[in-house]
Amino acid sequence: MLREALAGQRIAITGATGFLGTALVERLMRQVPDCEVALLVRPGRRGAAERVRREILRNDCFDRLRRELGPAFDEEMGRRIIAVAGDVGSDGLGLDAAGQGVLAGCDIVIHAAASVSFDSPLDSAVEVNLLGPSRVAAAMTAARVAQGGTAAGTALPHLITVSTAYVAGSRRGDAPEAILPDTPFATEVQWRPEVAAARRVGADADAQSRTPERLSKFTKAARAELGAAGTPVLAAKAEKLREEWVKDHLVKAGKARAQALGWPDAYAYTKALGERALLESHHGVRLSIVRPSIIESALAEPHAGWIRGFRMAEPVIISLGRGLLKEFPGLPEGVVDVIPVDLVVAAIIAVAADGGPPPGAKPAVFQVASGSRNPLRYRQLVELVRGWFGEHPLADSNGQPIVVPEWSYPGRGRVRRQLAQAAKVLSVAEKGLQTLPLRGRQAELSARLEEKRSEAERALGYVELYGAYTETEAVFRVDRLLELWATLPPADQADFLFDPAGVEWPMYVRDTHMPSVVAHARVRVAGAPRRSVPTPTREQRGRRAVLAPERQLAVFDLENTLIASNVVDSYAWLATRRIDDNDRLRLVLRTVREAPRLLALDRQDRGDFLRHFYRRYEGAPVARLEHDSWELWSELLLTKAFPAGIRRVRAHRRLGHRTLLITGALDVAIEPLRPLFDDVMCASLGIENGRYTGELLAGPPTGEARALLMADYAAARGLDLQESVAYADSASDLPMLEAVGHPVAVNPETKLAAIARKRGWHVEQWPRAAGGPRPLLPIARAGANS
Amino acid sequence: MSRPGFVLEVDRSTPPTLCWHGEGFRLLRLPEGSRILYPPEPVEALKDPDEAIRQALLNPEGDMAPLPALLRAGMRLTIAFDDISLPLPPMERPDNRQRVIEAVLDLAAEAGVDDVVLICALALHRRMTPAELRHALGDRIYDAFAPHGLLLQHDAEDPAALVHLGQTDHGEDVEINRRAAESDLLVYVNINLVAMDGGHKSVATGLASYNSLRHHHNVKTMQHSRSFMDQTRSELHTSNWRMGRLIAASGVKVFQIETTLNTDTFPSAFGFLQKREWEWGSRDRASFLAVSKTLERTPDRLARSIFQSIKSPHKMSSVQAGEVEAVHAITTDNVYRQQLVDVDGQTDVVIFGLPYICPYNVNSIMNPILVACLGLGYFFNLYRGKPLVRPGGVLILSHPTPWAFNPVHHPSYIDFFEEVLADTTDPVEIEKTYEERFATDDWYRHLYRTSYAYHGVHPFYMWYWCAHALDHVAGVIIVGGDTKAVHRMGFKRASTMRDALEMAEDIVGRDPSITHFHCPPMMIADVH
Repeated sequence: MLREALAGQRIAITGATGFLGTALVERLMRQVPDCEVALLVRPGRRGAAERVRREILRNDCFDRLRRELGPAFDEEMGRRIIAVAGDVGSDGLGLDAAGQGVLAGCDIVIHAAASVSFDSPLDSAVEVNLLGPSRVAAAMTAARVAQGGTAAGTALPHLITVSTAYVAGSRRGDAPEAILPDTPFATEVQWRPEVAAARRVGADADAQSRTPERLSKFTKAARAELGAAGTPVLAAKAEKLREEWVKDHLVKAGKARAQALGWPDAYAYTKALGERALLESHHGVRLSIVRPSIIESALAEPHAGWIRGFRMAEPVIISLGRGLLKEFPGLPEGVVDVIPVDLVVAAIIAVAADGGPPPGAKPAVFQVASGSRNPLRYRQLVELVRGWFGEHPLADSNGQPIVVPEWSYPGRGRVRRQLAQAAKVLSVAEKGLQTLPLRGRQAELSARLEEKRSEAERALGYVELYGAYTETEAVFRVDRLLELWATLPPADQADFLFDPAGVEWPMYVRDTHMPSVVAHARVRVAGAPRRSVPTPTREQRGRRAVLAPERQLAVFDLENTLIASNVVDSYAWLATRRIDDNDRLRLVLRTVREAPRLLALDRQDRGDFLRHFYRRYEGAPVARLEHDSWELWSELLLTKAFPAGIRRVRAHRRLGHRTLLITGALDVAIEPLRPLFDDVMCASLGIENGRYTGELLAGPPTGEARALLMADYAAARGLDLQESVAYADSASDLPMLEAVGHPVAVNPETKLAAIARKRGWHVEQWPRAAGGPRPLLPIARAGANS
Repeated sequence: MSRPGFVLEVDRSTPPTLCWHGEGFRLLRLPEGSRILYPPEPVEALKDPDEAIRQALLNPEGDMAPLPALLRAGMRLTIAFDDISLPLPPMERPDNRQRVIEAVLDLAAEAGVDDVVLICALALHRRMTPAELRHALGDRIYDAFAPHGLLLQHDAEDPAALVHLGQTDHGEDVEINRRAAESDLLVYVNINLVAMDGGHKSVATGLASYNSLRHHHNVKTMQHSRSFMDQTRSELHTSNWRMGRLIAASGVKVFQIETTLNTDTFPSAFGFLQKREWEWGSRDRASFLAVSKTLERTPDRLARSIFQSIKSPHKMSSVQAGEVEAVHAITTDNVYRQQLVDVDGQTDVVIFGLPYICPYNVNSIMNPILVACLGLGYFFNLYRGKPLVRPGGVLILSHPTPWAFNPVHHPSYIDFFEEVLADTTDPVEIEKTYEERFATDDWYRHLYRTSYAYHGVHPFYMWYWCAHALDHVAGVIIVGGDTKAVHRMGFKRASTMRDALEMAEDIVGRDPSITHFHCPPMMIADVH
């Protein structure tokens, strides 16, 4: 009956790239063969049609249908799916004339787009959740008028908007399936002033974030995190910090406002007001409202355990399995209202097939929730989860099983305190480590510490966010849903299960949900059988990727990337080569005394440092330095070289990649290195009468200049930076590393180690040769000049 | 009079024997019935080496005029000399090279020769540093020649500085240093530390190019040199002799001066190293204790620089000059006189305690490849007749074998170890698959020519040097070696000598016969 009712219909769907939306599209394609769908998708960079192909049809949700249809899949989907560019965040949905035409031809519109994150900032939650449904209704009316239909014709289109059961707010007792004004929970809030206020809060936060004091704080924070990375990278980071600050501010504002009005968070609050706004502006449509509770992985359709994205309960469950979350607040006898996604999808399809309320009647409200019909108690859930982890423990970094702690159902305050404390301790330790000049393995340690800290912070976030949901005491009634269920013939009931009583919780949690969550989180399970063919480690995969034959260019930094030395060493060596012992000592002492200042300058801005430092070469005879640089090479630089690095340069050349050295070192000092590379870009000093002027001929190739030089170099030779590799050791090389498709952090210092870890960049630890001479000071041997 | 070498049979009264272990030594207690080979004591040194040199130059051997008769104003004179690989350890000043070259230069000055160039005949070895040259040649020569660009180091990769003289009747290319070949007289100054050195090998190898060297520095030649310390049975020498004769036939006039050294190898503080343990006096015992206790507390790096700073007191024991082959026959006799030890028969197991130095790590570190080469190449080949170890026997080496390389001297060794040996340890396979790539590599060539690096192909030669031993024995065990480095080379590793002997029994059976080769000082086992 469902299929017949929807046969020949064209259904518009918003939010199709989301968890619920994807499942809905798939179900319609697979089980309602005669309908067509129009998917309203934000075009993004790639365009709506491409996004549909990539983000919806390629999802594993469609694996089953792809298998069933075989080669006909693409053709069938192409015929039945229309991609329409649009955005529920803007008035008129941002539709063009063609889009309006498509919308006008749709008899049913399912509005599933939402800003579902419980910690979305107030302004975007308001735009999408609060205003979105009214915009959809208005656009439907407008589209009909534009196509010459009448707004008040008999065949009014049917709008099904997906809301949430939590619009009921943080109250006790029964929550009936009725429009909000008819429920005992009705909060008398005018939505228009709320929208205006939210927009004002957004504008204020933005303005506050732009005060000179704040801006300089962001810049300072960016520099503290990245070091002397060059203006563009620091500016981009500072702007990102500013945006994050604004967002954070708005998240807090949203939560505060929602809780002040009796909702757990901004999501439920904006959804509730969205329903109210829609009630005022749904004249051109017949309206149904579907309110699911917490949507979780699929019970059976398209396959058991299917899930998209990291859903709300997953982070909590994984943190628990990892032992990170020792306790989670909740009432043991409280109900956790969870509903598998396929039940929600089936309910929506049934509502659509049902045809909606007659014109002029009140909107039809259906709740899809388990709490009243088939409740899952918090204690039961926790025991099922703990039991599962008892049988399938996650593995720690050594492959040992992690024991899940006993649950004590603590209050929220205590857990929050514990976690906040842990996060703070870790943050202090991390800051301490970051100020040390660490490299290589130690730097990685610090990066790992940071990871731990952000895990603790995330866990804290979950407690803040989801605590209210596990402590909720409202009971969502599903009487109308069950009435609808009762009207279905047995065949439809078999294919479109949405009676919550059909879920066997223990089986669902143990056999469906937990395996799916763990598989999704890609965590290691203890005792998992090792594959007979050892899979390449991350390190091997990274190496393979940078040494793939199709790479085109390999760019190398010099200092601490290929050679554990710096411009100061080279200068000291060259300067001491031809002076007597007393002067030698004096020069060494002077350099030692100046070291902290030089180091500080280097940290500030590498270009300024080089400019300042190279002045010391003023008056030095060019010919003598050219001669001495060969001894410098053999006696100092080569002894400090990383053989594995040099081997890597040569490996790239053997593969036919172009190799380029970009360094702030002086041309004269690196002359002996030239044959290692195809090309070299370095600093050069002016020369007058055979002596150096001490002034650079051009800006030194450091920071962002490096990235630009590299880009110009690649462009001039038709090389693709996305197919190129860059090796560097410090955060000041970020512009260069970010510009290529395959950045490699070599013996990274702390900041770069943290960044590389976060972004999944390949990291190489290249040691100095163990058997080389290790001069204590970079000074030439006495008597070498004679 | 110095006593000859000696073979001791270990019994209950035998004191523990000293076994070299890199920058240090261990005391071994060997099973009863094992034998220990002791080198002959140092032969008497020349009383007046400078006079002996003068006499040799004035009274040449073979078909050769006295040196003064060969010198005339306006001629081109080139003096080539052995590089840093000789002698071992480097000798106290004055070096034999200094004495001989000063004498030659005096005669040249008397004759009014003013076109004189000195060339270090380093073949594919690393260049010598200014300090090393100064040590070998003395201040007078160094200051007279180096500042004027007249002290050269052979560059086997400079096409302009090489000349192809032709091919031998075996099709071997003879390509040597152009200045040397085109001089009116080439004087070659030699230090013959072991029987392998000198003869035609001096010019044909020391001044040759890779193109020329590859004809005898290869696996096949090494497998057919039994041993390369015995010219009469060495394919290495046969090939060099063919080349030397072709060089002579091409009109290159070589005046060969060869010197030998006695085996007074270590300064008095280390005197115990060249004495038989049961003859150690209280002073020897005390210095042994002092040295070994100090070494226990010394970081490796420091211990290395202490040992590398040792200058050996060995003295010139003979000098002969003239026509190459006639000179070399006498030289070889003199080397044998100092170094031969009569040994009766082979044993199942032979122990080599490897010292801190080999020809290729002077002022450097002995990397794993050099450890293999010193044990399986040099020590194994220090025999005449047949190897000390029986076919299918086991060699036990004692050396820490750290996974450590000098990045300046041995860059291609690092890559050889990381890439080539990771793939295969079979010399034949290595030669076939990898040699050309390393030998013709531009980067190694650049480092060899401008820095102080051994040629890219040099680690291959080290590995080929082991080929004869690898064919002959059934197992190699390194006592105290770095596990990963030892395994990389395809050998086994043992913590103690006792463990190593147990492991050897798995190969050669119970109660094996054992020989400990108590070297250095240097010796050659004359195995009957």
